[in-house]
Amino acid sequence: MIELYESQRAMRNMRKAAMQRGVVAILDVGSSKIACLVLRFDGNEQILDDGIGSLAGQSGFRVIGAATTRSRGVKFGEIAAMGETERAIRTAVQAAQKMANIRVDHVIVCFSGAEPRSYGLAGQVEVDGTMVSEQDVARVLSACDVPDFGVGREVLHAQPVNFALDHRSGLDDPRGQIGRALATDMHMLTINAQAIQNIAHCVKRCDLELAGLASSAYASGISALVEDEQELGAACIDMGGGTTGVSIFMKKHMIYADTVPMGGNHVTSDISMGLQIPMAMAERIKTFYGGVVATGMDDREMIEISGDTGDWHHDRRQVSRAELIGIMRPRVEEILEEVRASLDAAGFDHLPSQQIVLTGAASQIPGLDGLASRILGSQVRLGRPMRVHGLPQAATGPGFASAVGLCLFAAHPQDEWWDFEIPVDKYASGGLKRAVKWFRDNW
Amino acid sequence: MQPLSAPPRQQANQQVNRPDPAPSRLKYRLERLMLTPMFRLALRVGIPAVIGFGAASWYFSYEEHRTQVVDTVAHIRNQIETRPEFMVNLMAIDGASSGVSDDIREIIPLDFPISSFDLDLDHMRETITGLDAVKSAELRIRQGGVLQIDVTERVPVALWRHAGTLELLDMEGVHVGPMTRRSERPNLPVIAGRGADRHVPEAMALIRAAAPLEARMRGLVRMGERRWDVVLDRGQRIMLPETGAVRALERALAMDAAVDMLGRDIAAVDLRLPRRPTLRMTGGAVEQYWRIKALETGEQQQ
Repeated sequence: MIELYESQRAMRNMRKAAMQRGVVAILDVGSSKIACLVLRFDGNEQILDDGIGSLAGQSGFRVIGAATTRSRGVKFGEIAAMGETERAIRTAVQAAQKMANIRVDHVIVCFSGAEPRSYGLAGQVEVDGTMVSEQDVARVLSACDVPDFGVGREVLHAQPVNFALDHRSGLDDPRGQIGRALATDMHMLTINAQAIQNIAHCVKRCDLELAGLASSAYASGISALVEDEQELGAACIDMGGGTTGVSIFMKKHMIYADTVPMGGNHVTSDISMGLQIPMAMAERIKTFYGGVVATGMDDREMIEISGDTGDWHHDRRQVSRAELIGIMRPRVEEILEEVRASLDAAGFDHLPSQQIVLTGAASQIPGLDGLASRILGSQVRLGRPMRVHGLPQAATGPGFASAVGLCLFAAHPQDEWWDFEIPVDKYASGGLKRAVKWFRDNW
Repeated sequence: MQPLSAPPRQQANQQVNRPDPAPSRLKYRLERLMLTPMFRLALRVGIPAVIGFGAASWYFSYEEHRTQVVDTVAHIRNQIETRPEFMVNLMAIDGASSGVSDDIREIIPLDFPISSFDLDLDHMRETITGLDAVKSAELRIRQGGVLQIDVTERVPVALWRHAGTLELLDMEGVHVGPMTRRSERPNLPVIAGRGADRHVPEAMALIRAAAPLEARMRGLVRMGERRWDVVLDRGQRIMLPETGAVRALERALAMDAAVDMLGRDIAAVDLRLPRRPTLRMTGGAVEQYWRIKALETGEQQQ
């Protein structure tokens, strides 16, 4: 636990340094595109009387540079080819820097793959004294019984979701309250350690400092769910290129996250295989003519498939739109079924609110909301990311939900386990520190 | 006839051979360096400054370059200064008598034509006002290359006989010039005594007040650097007090008008104590007085 604290705290300090310099880059490493946003923190955020600033408190920063590039070397949200990915990151970062006309040194990265697993932890301690102090919160967090999540896995998020003091539950901040037994529920997300190492290495090769890591399912949930959805409970389905991220929010905290390793690229490859056309052509046909609900009109709408093989008959084929839909629909249904299975595993149907928000670039398929409401439940809507200052029009689509969410995450990170003080008895070899602490506490 | 070679392929397959858009590591680092504010500042300001400074110091490290630059500057300066617009050809002196203007020409030796850049008008004005006879002077360079000097001379109002010399004084007691003989300026009154030059206005007031005695008056003498004596002919003196000298003199004149006091055989009229004017008679007059007294009383003659 100590080394986790230290690496995550180092990243937090890096983020603070970046905020002090005022410039930080956001990098969304996806399977189909890599997006880079450069944020400038002005620090002139005005808090109104109700404690919420303008733009729901998100006005403290401004996007001054944005760039995307086609992702290469990323498969299923994980880095498959280091050199290719590094070059793609370099392209995106350089273009964004050029637009911002400023050099960025700190980058916050999100990615979707690496088999995230959610754990719900619970812990309980007796309060030291009568009033709950910061130290008690740290103690209760470290008292959570950490499950054995296996070797080669790393904790990405560990957020206290709920505090309970004696018989009162649902406390946001128990500090200063009087009680006897403090209990907490914590949500922990672990991913493959290799993925983190690869990302860190790529970022380092680009002369950047890693100032934070986040799951893209979490990030797109922050930006695509509106505030009451986050409060009452909702699931965010981020349909990306290689993966489909699932995150469930409740009381403004993420309580579950998962990834379905299927996305828009699989639809494209189905079209490519089914129609015997190259991937680029399949992608083009998918974005122009794609859909999931066929009507009689679609039988008559013929799509020219030009080819370059030299075979005249092969190059002059036509398919009807109904055929295209017939290829796409089973795959989309399969993805949504997988999502359904994941939500069921999480116990989403026990939540009071059954709101589901579809976002991500693949959610732009016409008719998807109808199909999804059949599979996932009736309360489905298509979500777009929240608007932030200075975001170019080209980057406001649902495909940028996780990038925008990461901006919000950078500006207002949620408290994680490691943001609290390490409890005194967890120090491994801090003899001197413990002595100082003892003196400070007792004198 | 159709060519056997295939027509060039259309750009349908451009996806494959599109070059990698990623910048090389070196290019990426270079661009990041160029986006660093301090580096850009150094590039924009520092390098030109260093190059400029280096080139200048290399150039000036050779003696001949230095002298060449200095010579060129001096030559250009000289060329500009000797343009006809800046040349002064003539000196005109107004408001000075011939003697004074000769003196001025003597103390300001200028070789005309001279450039107006070489004229130090302030210094020249100080030199001119340093002359005794000059009260103030205005110098300017008039159009047409004329150095115009307007002089205000001091007007002598009195002669001061002092330590065997005779000097002209103006109203402020400033020396205007020496004088060899009294007869050269018979219209000016004479004053004498140490410190007389510091009280010329009072002396002039006394002389104006003594206008009825003008024919008899020889001059004023400053006694002990504190009061005046009016000296008349026949050795007569009117001794005036330190303060209120003019009033005392008017009193003496009134007495004179009443009883012809000064026409009698009196050596001095002492008005130093205003309550007690005193007459001092000459020796002969005293003898005569005694004789008359004896006659009146019938004393026998000795």
